[in-house]
Amino acid sequence: MHDDSPVPAVHQHKAPTSFIRKYVFSLDHKVIGKQYYGLALLSVFIGMVLSWLLRLHLAYPSWNIPLLGKLSPAGAPGGVMTPEYYLSLLTMHGTLMVFFVLTNAPFAAFGNYFLPIQIGAEDMAFPRFNMMSFWTTFLAFVVMMASFFVSDGPPISGWTAYAPLSAIGKDAGPGLAMGQDLWAISIAIFCIASLLGALNFIATTLDLRTKGMSFGRMPYSTWAWFVTSVIALLAFAVLLPACVLLILDRVAGTSFFIPGGLILSDKLQPHSGGSPLLWQHLFWFFGHPEVYIAILPSIGIIATILPVFARKPLLGPRALVGSMIAIGFLSYMVWGHHMFVSGMNPFSANLFSVPTLIITIPATVMTLLLTATVYGAKMRFETPALFCLGFISVFISGGISGFYLAQPSLDTYLHATYFVVAHFHFVMAVASLFGVFAGTYFWFPKMFGRMMNDTLGKWHFWLTFLGVYCVFMPMHYLGLVGNVRRYSAFVDDYLAPLIPVHKFITIAALLTGAAQLIFFWNLIWSRFRGPIATENPWEATSLEWSTTSPPPFDNFGGHHPVVYNGPNEYGVENPDGTDFVMQTAAPKGT
Amino acid sequence: MASDSRKQPKAESTLNGVHVAAGSAAGALARPEISETGVWIGVCAIMMTFAAFTSALIVRQGASPDWQHFQLPRILYLNTLILLASSVTLGIARQQFSSVAGAIADSPAAAKKYFAVGMYSLYVTAALGALFVGGQILAWRNLAAQGLFLSTNPSSSFFYVFTAMHGLHLLGGIVGLIYIICKIGRTTGTARTTGLGAICVYWHFMDALWVYLFLLLAMRT
Repeated sequence: MHDDSPVPAVHQHKAPTSFIRKYVFSLDHKVIGKQYYGLALLSVFIGMVLSWLLRLHLAYPSWNIPLLGKLSPAGAPGGVMTPEYYLSLLTMHGTLMVFFVLTNAPFAAFGNYFLPIQIGAEDMAFPRFNMMSFWTTFLAFVVMMASFFVSDGPPISGWTAYAPLSAIGKDAGPGLAMGQDLWAISIAIFCIASLLGALNFIATTLDLRTKGMSFGRMPYSTWAWFVTSVIALLAFAVLLPACVLLILDRVAGTSFFIPGGLILSDKLQPHSGGSPLLWQHLFWFFGHPEVYIAILPSIGIIATILPVFARKPLLGPRALVGSMIAIGFLSYMVWGHHMFVSGMNPFSANLFSVPTLIITIPATVMTLLLTATVYGAKMRFETPALFCLGFISVFISGGISGFYLAQPSLDTYLHATYFVVAHFHFVMAVASLFGVFAGTYFWFPKMFGRMMNDTLGKWHFWLTFLGVYCVFMPMHYLGLVGNVRRYSAFVDDYLAPLIPVHKFITIAALLTGAAQLIFFWNLIWSRFRGPIATENPWEATSLEWSTTSPPPFDNFGGHHPVVYNGPNEYGVENPDGTDFVMQTAAPKGT
Repeated sequence: MASDSRKQPKAESTLNGVHVAAGSAAGALARPEISETGVWIGVCAIMMTFAAFTSALIVRQGASPDWQHFQLPRILYLNTLILLASSVTLGIARQQFSSVAGAIADSPAAAKKYFAVGMYSLYVTAALGALFVGGQILAWRNLAAQGLFLSTNPSSSFFYVFTAMHGLHLLGGIVGLIYIICKIGRTTGTARTTGLGAICVYWHFMDALWVYLFLLLAMRT
């Protein structure tokens, strides 16, 4: 079963004893994974509260929230937020969710914890870089949060920070002085952290696979983290220079993104000749791959978990991995579909439309493979399984609206409406978070050695599942009738009759958010009071289930696991009555 | 990649009583070290970053007619030669260290000499790198004397951005080189060259990147 050769010296380090080295500046990928998860949890909580404030303001614009008035006297005088402060909170909601939740939770958190274990390594290739990448991310988080506490609050330019609004200082509006500086610096720091992390993931996957762990035997989650890290390496390498140029426009007086002749606050801006479209190109060259950085890890997590509860092998594993690689490749050719109405040449809009429609093919292949895996299965309907099925549902619901938005003629009408908000929240945010939820319920026993409560989990699933449909389905309708996004109040004649729909969405959002408290409570309760987990409670095949729960410091107790099988050996009939074969199970006669 | 060969026990021999891991001196050069894999991945990211900067330059130059051409400071030609020379000295260092293991058994004196020349070449490489960075600063001063600053014109903006970003990356390379020098030097007499392959890849890449940037700037500004 085990190879007793010595541990390779490249990544060998001793178990730390001091508190600081063990829990704070730890080199252990498992601790770093949990730190990322904790940071994502904190960010998602703040982001969720921000979305509540935004929704409340949209449905009940004159409602008085005294606490908000105390926290930001300028942004919400007397407890009612100004239109600008609405945009500030919107910017922070988007930024926190996209960067610190959707990038951190499914990719950095679970990837850090499970990628090395799933390939049979003791740690990441570069543990010191790994520690640095978490603490750099944390620094980026602190800098981003600091923008709440500067005099004019966070920036109002949205998570996409479109120039020239984002490139000009305080003349352009509130939040665009210090707040926007902090935003740009924070994102630049985040880029460096993500690059370090991606580098580590790739090197680890290439060089540290244990004996027998060929690429063909890697679990699908590992494949997804690997492909995602390649995407992240190339995407964040473009956002970083974009941020550098943005910062220079802001602080050094250059004119990369700011055109000439701009008069703001009665002042002629001292810039000339810059191209606002250049920012959009650079940003979306990162921004579209970022969508796949958010969703691919979740697809990999679902593809790993679903067969465990379906008790049958995943259908077409090669097609699934091939689709992931195809998506990674195509993700770099479609950025222009975010810019159909930006004034770009209409011919190039068509050029971007075609690969955007082509990218739906691998996405559809993956969805069909997951759905077909469930066909005829004797499902074990435990919480992770429910979130897997929920993932398929929301991914399809969000994906279908993508067909419409991919076509320039339709997008011209739907652009910047709630239809787009519904689309990306379903396909990117909710789908990705369902992957995180499935992963949490599935891997919690391995990470903390205790099972999570299944009844609470099921309550959490059904309330969340129905809740997100109540929140985002009506937004399609709002978008179709022309309700634009980023407005803080709907006073126009054609928008005012839609306020009842907004009230429904707001109430649904508050309830869905409240349902997440069940999840928070389940996490905390199970951490201390959950039933003790066995080594392999779900009867899964991959390597993390062949070690103790939680794994020892070096993951496999001084041994190297040897891999003989792929991760997909479910539904077999063993003499001992079990129906699966571990990746480490040696074939008879060896 | 090298999961099987990594697990072979390393054959050890001694040079003047100090251990030399054959697997890390000559052997390591034959198969990729993990640090080398890491550097290659980093090189991909850096290439992407400078590709983005390049596309920004091309788009910005075409965006409006305010692009102002200027004469590149002459010292850049000298700087380029200095950086190219540093790549040569680094190549010599690597060759010397790889000869150490082969020479230990036959003639320890020759091995010692190889080691000394290797170390010397590393010092020269680091010094040439520092000289290059100093030369770049002189080029900045030359530009400033012409009245061309960061915000004067998009062409000068890109000049400062490209040279500064490349300079920062090269400073990182110098730090890495000093780290390797300390690492090899600490175990005096041994040729434990773990990481040398990685720094070689990085350094040569920085060299090639500069030649690319220099040509780009020469053509565009």
